Amino acid sequence: MDKNLKEQVLRSSGVNVLKCMRCGKCSGTCPSYDEMEYHPHQFVYMVERGDIETLMKSKSIYKCLTCFACVDRCPRNVEPAKVVEAVRLAAVRQQGNNHMNPNQIPEMLDDDLPQQAIVTAFRKYIK
Amino acid sequence: METFTYYPGCTLRTKAKDLDTYARKSAECLGINLEEPADWQCCGGAYTTAKDEIATKLSAVRILNSAKENNRPLITVCSACHNVIKQTNYDISNDEEMAAKVNNYLKLPEPYNGETTVYHYLEMLRDVVGFDNLAQKVVNPLKGKKIAAYYGCLLLRPSKALAMDDPENPTIMEDFIKAIGGTPVIYAQRNECCGGYITLEDKAQASKRSSAVVRSAKDQGADMIITACPLCLYNLKKNSDAELPVYYFTDLLAEALGLKEVQNG
Repeated sequence: MDKNLKEQVLRSSGVNVLKCMRCGKCSGTCPSYDEMEYHPHQFVYMVERGDIETLMKSKSIYKCLTCFACVDRCPRNVEPAKVVEAVRLAAVRQQGNNHMNPNQIPEMLDDDLPQQAIVTAFRKYIK
Repeated sequence: METFTYYPGCTLRTKAKDLDTYARKSAECLGINLEEPADWQCCGGAYTTAKDEIATKLSAVRILNSAKENNRPLITVCSACHNVIKQTNYDISNDEEMAAKVNNYLKLPEPYNGETTVYHYLEMLRDVVGFDNLAQKVVNPLKGKKIAAYYGCLLLRPSKALAMDDPENPTIMEDFIKAIGGTPVIYAQRNECCGGYITLEDKAQASKRSSAVVRSAKDQGADMIITACPLCLYNLKKNSDAELPVYYFTDLLAEALGLKEVQNG
């Protein structure tokens, strides 16, 4: 377990993972539940355990839609999406670890796709 | 006449021109003056919640500060811009460390600490114009139209920062629909996510989400869906396996006010 990594994720997210009571409501309401290998409640307790590298390697970090459903619906105000965000940033900030190559963008475009989708993906996938 | 600093955002200048055009025309008709600053930057589309991300928040702070310098409230129409700007404003008001870092970067003549009031256009209709006053200006009421309001995720959440409406039982868009003479349709998926930007790399997931939203509205008897978000409009139209017409709320507003040809009559 990498203690520095855990501290970085805790500091970056601002989340107190110890408040979680494992009710699973965040995962129950997550629109990406089916697509995720690790679910929002698992992010919270895996960060508590310090098992962050496993999360950083998982595609789950790119499945969060940042819809804030888990943030608003958590009965303990844990704000799991902020943990997912901090883990994803820890991954994409590593040199050469961008999740999307800007050269791929032209082939993803269609006539109606709003710019908003592209700038959001850049925020999420690239550092 | 009340004047707002108006932030259109990137998509209203390109793929969502109607959202912009009819917001401006309707505001003028309702006695609201929208002043767009000469230069603004894209908000980035998504708010980065991480406390150690500062540069990604600066474009939102710049537009907030521009409104402050002109002593005006700030107004946005796009759900994503509204979300990013309100979350930035909330955090800079409540997180001293973030405010200090932001101000160290920007070196403004006077530090910005969250002084600007931010409105979504719908909030302006509710809180400044008033839905009763809006109803009196309607010349083409959308009589008999069953309209499903789609909030999605960005308009309401996180509710402590956006402070727009009850995040689980919102009424602002339904009250808007009533004001323009339509009949609101309540359905389960109205405040669940459409899939958002995942459409870029996972069409199947975007389709699953968008189809669930459109089916839910259809099952409750809706004739159409309205939204404030260009990406929601795209997903619900392009990625859903169920079909319903999807419009920007400003399309129906302009129609009701007689500023736009009726297209769904």
